[in-house]
Amino acid sequence: MATNDGGLSLSQQRQRAAFWFIAPMLAALFCVAAWPLLRTFWFSFTNTTLSDLYGGEFIGFDNYLSVRVLESGRWIWRGTLVDPAWWNAVWNTVRFAFVSVFFETVLGLIVALVLNAEFKGRGLVRAAILIPWAIPTIVSAKMWAWMLNDQFGIINDIMLNLGLISQKIAWTASTDTAMYAVLMVDIWKTTPFMALLILAGLQMVPRDIYEAARIDGVNPVKVFFKITLPLIRPALMVAIIFRMLDALRIFDLVYVLTPNSAATKTMSVISRENMIDFDKFAYGAAQSTLLFAILAVFVSAYIWLGRVDLSGEGQK
Amino acid sequence: MMIMKGRALRATATAAMLAVFGAPVMADELFYVSGAVGNAVENFKTLVKPWEEATGHTVTLVPMPASTTDQFGQYRLWLAAGATDIDLYQTDVIWAPQLAEHFVDLTEAAKDLAPQHFPSIIESQTVNGKLVALPIFTDAPALYYRKDLLEKHGKTPPKTWAELAETAKFIQDAERAEGKADLWGFVWQGNAYEGLTCNALEWVKSFGGGQIVEPDGSISINNENAAAALEAAKSWVGTISPEGVLAYQEEEARGVWQTGNAVFMRNWPYAYGLGNGDDSAVKGLFGVTTLPVGKEGDTSAATLGGWNVAVSKYSTKQEAAISLAMYLAGPEAQKQRAIAESNLPTIIALYDDADIAAAQPIIPQWKDVFLNAVPRPSAPTLGKYNEVSAKFWSAVHNTLSGNGSAAENLELLEVELTDIKGSAW
Amino acid sequence: MTAQKLLSTIGFYALVVVIVVFSVFPFYYAIITSFATGTELFKVSYWPATFNLANYESVLGGRNFPRSILNSVFIATLTVTFALFLAVTASYALARVRFRGRGLLLMMILAVSMFPQIAVLAGLFELIRFLGIFNTPWAMILSYTIFTLPFTVWVLTTFMRDLPVEIEEAAIVDGATPWIIITKVFLPLLWPALVTTGLLAFIGAWNEFLFALTFTSSETTRTTPVAIALLSGASQQEIPWGPIMAASVIVTIPLVILVLIFQRKIVAGLTAGGVKG
Repeated sequence: MATNDGGLSLSQQRQRAAFWFIAPMLAALFCVAAWPLLRTFWFSFTNTTLSDLYGGEFIGFDNYLSVRVLESGRWIWRGTLVDPAWWNAVWNTVRFAFVSVFFETVLGLIVALVLNAEFKGRGLVRAAILIPWAIPTIVSAKMWAWMLNDQFGIINDIMLNLGLISQKIAWTASTDTAMYAVLMVDIWKTTPFMALLILAGLQMVPRDIYEAARIDGVNPVKVFFKITLPLIRPALMVAIIFRMLDALRIFDLVYVLTPNSAATKTMSVISRENMIDFDKFAYGAAQSTLLFAILAVFVSAYIWLGRVDLSGEGQK
Repeated sequence: MMIMKGRALRATATAAMLAVFGAPVMADELFYVSGAVGNAVENFKTLVKPWEEATGHTVTLVPMPASTTDQFGQYRLWLAAGATDIDLYQTDVIWAPQLAEHFVDLTEAAKDLAPQHFPSIIESQTVNGKLVALPIFTDAPALYYRKDLLEKHGKTPPKTWAELAETAKFIQDAERAEGKADLWGFVWQGNAYEGLTCNALEWVKSFGGGQIVEPDGSISINNENAAAALEAAKSWVGTISPEGVLAYQEEEARGVWQTGNAVFMRNWPYAYGLGNGDDSAVKGLFGVTTLPVGKEGDTSAATLGGWNVAVSKYSTKQEAAISLAMYLAGPEAQKQRAIAESNLPTIIALYDDADIAAAQPIIPQWKDVFLNAVPRPSAPTLGKYNEVSAKFWSAVHNTLSGNGSAAENLELLEVELTDIKGSAW
Repeated sequence: MTAQKLLSTIGFYALVVVIVVFSVFPFYYAIITSFATGTELFKVSYWPATFNLANYESVLGGRNFPRSILNSVFIATLTVTFALFLAVTASYALARVRFRGRGLLLMMILAVSMFPQIAVLAGLFELIRFLGIFNTPWAMILSYTIFTLPFTVWVLTTFMRDLPVEIEEAAIVDGATPWIIITKVFLPLLWPALVTTGLLAFIGAWNEFLFALTFTSSETTRTTPVAIALLSGASQQEIPWGPIMAASVIVTIPLVILVLIFQRKIVAGLTAGGVKG
């Protein structure tokens, strides 16, 4: 435990330790992520197909955008950037991500605040709210598809009995309701994730702050907005980033629930469809790369607008 | 980790044995991958036992989820990476052209066996003169009808689609008036997926509207008969079929049917056995016939389904694998499958087999259905079949859900297909 | 005043009930469905009509279902241990030590989780075959770090940054090395965050489907989601709802137990004294 390490200053010594702390994590990430990511980048500039993974040739930006001038003088644009199916998917995804993350954050906050209070049976309630997150997505999507079935689904049955609807609704079939169905299931499933992360943040808020506020007789709503929210903001921001990333990449839920509906097809779904089903591997890779770019823009904007303190300098 | 050790140990042991005794006959361990349903793994063990005993090789089934889309994605990836871990693949009837280059040509090996099968199926598995896979069983849908309800209302099984709609409407109205509010006339598969391509191909073909892309590669879908077929189907939605039929796959349709809530159903043979199960509300109350036609004189059409076995080009034990493929496609194995799992054989002679007729009386009946089978256009469209099919079912689904008329959607579809086709499929 | 208090208590418990019902109802419905067989499945019922354990028997007696649960436990536990170990040390460095490019590094780590799973599938498959770990648990453990590690690093970094400077300074004055600071000073304070992120990562690994399906080729190495997807009816078109629901109930219960065990840690929180140092 010698602190004096060959005359290195304390901060130098700490930086050296930091390097050794970060190195294994970076090495692990590099192994797992760098190679596959770079491969996909490369594929997006080739004409690779899955039948011939190693025989692709470099074709530049053609998968993204290319133009051909016909003899008649007409310009024909090709590529993902002018593909209406792609832009439809982008719009679906963005809409889905914003709505779902918004509701998940609000509901997650409510649930976390409830769980942060002292009451009997709190442990059981905590376990109960985690159930939706704990059920494998593949299964919960199938389960909801079952419950949302128009003829023998329980959702229609309940709503009919309560008089909310007058006839059975084909939730996942109709283009008007398919997106609601997906949103509903996603919010149900991922609110616990948000709630738990926010709860962990709440737990780190020292109790005596609340005590002091209570003794001073401050309105609980005011306490929440003036004290709690600023204190859990960093945790909340990180939770939102990760939810947002997940929501923008959403794949399995849509894939199981409404696999081919144009009303819910997201960027990941359409990219998979091209890569695997349609034998346009490189085209799908280009879409994945675009998805990456869109996500990067979103996250940068979020970090910038939300003034998320990346380096933590502001606190010191 | 245990598995790793086990496998490594076995490999070392085998290597050691080979070193000591030499290897006059190699006993190969094959891996056969297939979507697994029911007792597939157990049944497969019994099925291949005679072959294992005769050859000394062993084979292990690698079961995959029943969803064909999931299977297809995995197989494509494994084959693309040249994985040597799998020797034989069980392939859907429409995959042959898309995966052809990864499989061994079986023409030479099966030159005696192939002529015993239905020629149309062998043809569907032949790509540019290369026999990609051997058929092991086949599948074709039929029209299920409620004998009791038809009798009660003095109707006969319909011959044309118009007749079907009329009968369905009549019985539905009459029964609903008697208080059966949940009864529907006709259920089928209208979800936007491969199954809708099958359903719609049957309508179009039986209306004389061709088969989307003809065997010579020309795009034929934009015609009046096809449009009439789709308009007819559209008129069912919300009248004799529930709105939700647009989200139905096979199981949803069977659910409605088996609870006694449908007069007619279009489905595959599997629903026959289940519909006659002890807890089924329609046990013994239904019959099966060929799907209707557009008008008198047209021929009925049933989409060809079924499974085949292919040998991977990357297998290191091809000789043993080919021998297994031959065995699985041969009469002995097909007969056993027919009796044990009521799979429809692809060897013509087996339809007259007395044992099969005794064990599964439905199979000889299905021969009529099967003789009207039409292939999906996977052969002419080659690697682009999935995209073609997706475009087709989207156009159909749009029409059925009221986004544009059949004529408009088919016109658009023709443009899209021409685009996909490019200069050649 | 008391009336108002009573009202707010009632309101509070009503909220608790709503939350619980909303979360649990689908699971409850799955349990009901898991007791039903055959045509019964296609009828809506709110209460279990029969207690038929046939579905549970068929799942647990099935070929390799118990085995796949063990695989899942092994893989998820190791994935979480691995991720937490790498993340705790790294996030200490990222949160408490000043160095150039810290923000950039965090962004890069985040960027890893921006790629859709499907897009890295082909590359990962090549990597796994290259390493010779195809069809072993290590294939999953390795590939799951792609989504568990960035997440754990980020969450732990935020939490560590929030810990007061004073306790660390006190430790430094006492001559503690960074390693001692992490293990002896920070870890005890970080329990809630560790348990929470660990649990979320565990569930993530427990539920992953696509990688688990792609990187295995035998029933004995598969994980539970794949095993559930492999439950099938007697034919390709039939979906065995009963056994699927029974299997879902079986795989969800270990997680509920896990939460019940660790919930004290989740609530433990920080004693005010500890924070002030």
